[in-house]
Amino acid sequence: MKELIQKAASLLESNAVQVVIGYGKGSVDRTRAIFITNAADCEQLIFDSRCIQNLAVYLTKAEIKKLGKPAIVASIPVLRSILQLAAENQIKDNDIVILGVTPESELVEFESLAAIETYLSTKQIAIEEKYRATIETIKAMPVSERFAYWVKELELCFKCYACRSACPLCYCTRCTVENNQPQWISVASHPLGNLEWHIMRAMHLAGRCTDCEACYNACPMGIPINLLTKSMLQDVNDNFGTYGPSLNRDNTLSSFKPDDKESFIR
Amino acid sequence: MQTENHLIRKASLEKLFNNLVGNGKTVFAPKAKGKMVLFEKVQTFEEITEDYIVTTNSAKSVVFPRTEKVFSYKKTKESTEITDASNNTFPDVVLWGTRPCDAAAFIPLNNTFNEEYPDIIYNKRSQKVLVLSFSCSKCDSYCFCTSVNGGPGNTTGSDILFTKLSTGDYLAEVITNKGKQLVTENSSLFDAKPEESKEQNLALVTAYFNQEEIQAKLQNLFENPVWDEKARACLGCGSCAYVCPVCSCFDIQDEAHGSKGTRLRCWDSCGFGLFTLHTSGHNPRETQGARWRQRILHKFLYMPNKTKVAGCVGCGRCSRSCPADINILETVMSL
Amino acid sequence: MTEFEPKIVAFVCNWCTYAGADLTGTSRIKYAQNVKIIRFPCTGRIDFMLLLKSFGEGADGIIVSGCHPNDCHYTSGNFHARRRWIMFRGLLDMLGIDVRRIQYSWVSAAEGAKWADIVNTTVTAIRELGPYTDYAKVAGYLEKEANV
Repeated sequence: MKELIQKAASLLESNAVQVVIGYGKGSVDRTRAIFITNAADCEQLIFDSRCIQNLAVYLTKAEIKKLGKPAIVASIPVLRSILQLAAENQIKDNDIVILGVTPESELVEFESLAAIETYLSTKQIAIEEKYRATIETIKAMPVSERFAYWVKELELCFKCYACRSACPLCYCTRCTVENNQPQWISVASHPLGNLEWHIMRAMHLAGRCTDCEACYNACPMGIPINLLTKSMLQDVNDNFGTYGPSLNRDNTLSSFKPDDKESFIR
Repeated sequence: MQTENHLIRKASLEKLFNNLVGNGKTVFAPKAKGKMVLFEKVQTFEEITEDYIVTTNSAKSVVFPRTEKVFSYKKTKESTEITDASNNTFPDVVLWGTRPCDAAAFIPLNNTFNEEYPDIIYNKRSQKVLVLSFSCSKCDSYCFCTSVNGGPGNTTGSDILFTKLSTGDYLAEVITNKGKQLVTENSSLFDAKPEESKEQNLALVTAYFNQEEIQAKLQNLFENPVWDEKARACLGCGSCAYVCPVCSCFDIQDEAHGSKGTRLRCWDSCGFGLFTLHTSGHNPRETQGARWRQRILHKFLYMPNKTKVAGCVGCGRCSRSCPADINILETVMSL
Repeated sequence: MTEFEPKIVAFVCNWCTYAGADLTGTSRIKYAQNVKIIRFPCTGRIDFMLLLKSFGEGADGIIVSGCHPNDCHYTSGNFHARRRWIMFRGLLDMLGIDVRRIQYSWVSAAEGAKWADIVNTTVTAIRELGPYTDYAKVAGYLEKEANV
């Protein structure tokens, strides 16, 4: 931890970066994103198991970019998001300085985005057993029952778009739902509107989602939308073997193989 | 009406609930769902939980639903039929388990929906709501009702306020005529007022600031750079506005299918980037900081200027639900 | 009691399946009349939301059809579509939206008989499944509810 603080401070002092994005003390028992512009304030940086907010979401925000070149404290989920953003040309080498942190709060430095990919190659995304089991249970329900399950789960959704706002990969300056010619996805939080929104979100993230669960953590109503993203991740892996972000590969749905396999096209 | 005090025994409270359900009233009460407690329709007393400081969502959807029909239309060759929702009758609703802050929120809501023009649908719904609140025996550091002229035993906005006493029975303060009617209809369940005082059973909520002082300070803070700094972590979602018991901004959406359609009123949030975006592309609140400033000024300056009542009841829901942990109490105290 | 006649919407590409369907007609092959055909330049242009919107507007079944892989008029549109369909089908299946009601196929401009067969088998299958009431209920609630 001390190493992280010292490194962050020295980056600011030497003006190698103008802002350090990290975690600091939040309300009560929480942590929150902090944006440090003075080297002395780096003392506020902390890192522990409560730090689950995905900070990569701030890398594409205009107001943060205006502060200058950032250094970002990056846990493994954040590193994956950074790599995916780089694969989508949103970040280039030298745009940001990455202060990787291990779960033990130790500093890991990366000289390039490619170095992140090497580091992550031994830390593949893995869907935990409890989620696999839940997804299996849902998929085992008869169709009508499954549909009723999801309509009920999505009933709590009131279209606050916290899931979208917290996702580092939802960086479109004008989301599809924010266009009204046509109003493709209903704004209202009725059963159809909720279903359409979550389907659209899952599809627009298909092959891009890195399983950071920022969406689920952000949802004020605790809706298990992470089940949808995890189910999509499984599908991507099962069908295309392209789990996880990579600089050496186009997005799953932006590319193809002439011999992609499927079983349902006549 | 002068407040009347009664005692209601624990078992009688359950009977009161059952009588309400038995009379066909729709009752919304706090129900546990995983780690959250939500206001939901309940049928049995057992579904209600007492283990909450405030519910995750607010009770405002009984008067201001997150999506509601304003009117629907059907075009035929000869004419257009319009079904106007303001001609509807709305069902009796009982809110059981609102906190004093939730009840107090109905005052600014009523003000907003009757400012210059009475909102017929809102008023019709509001008249059918009976507010049975329970005072707070505990609070946490997100709560700040006493800083905004509220309190853990405040009766504003409630028809009856129940306070749990050390015996497990409840003091029932009957505030309004609606509340009095309920007591009269269930008079066998209510006893003479108890000896035990209300105050010793209330939580101690620290007063962090003074609403009037903040109001005065905010007059001069429009150009202050504090807003950009405080809103840096803000993700621009609608969580805070939607869980807030006072926030009432809405969007009108028309959903048309050929010759039929519906006009809906849905919740909206001033935190969304799109909120003040003009068709020309100009956005008077271009940065998240400008939008955060608007939220604070609206609640703590503009609303009390207009109506003498602040647009915040200190429930802390916004801070609790914020995915980026933006804390409204912190912002106001830092001013 | 009248037997249920399914409403089927077909999203087809202009160069292969639409031409194939045209051949079905000029060959005077009779086939079920329940299908409304919507012509796209390419299957790659078909937005997955269009399928959902069809269900929302009362379709009981959907056919999505285009050029065989390697034969796309725009070289690779159908390859992209195939990947998209694989992901979309998986998502719908997870959500309990009945994927048996969506038939995907490759029908070339020369396959007039195949088009008739696809339509006939799809109509038969949907007739057996019945009207798509689950989705219709969700899409049509606005007719009844005053508020949500």
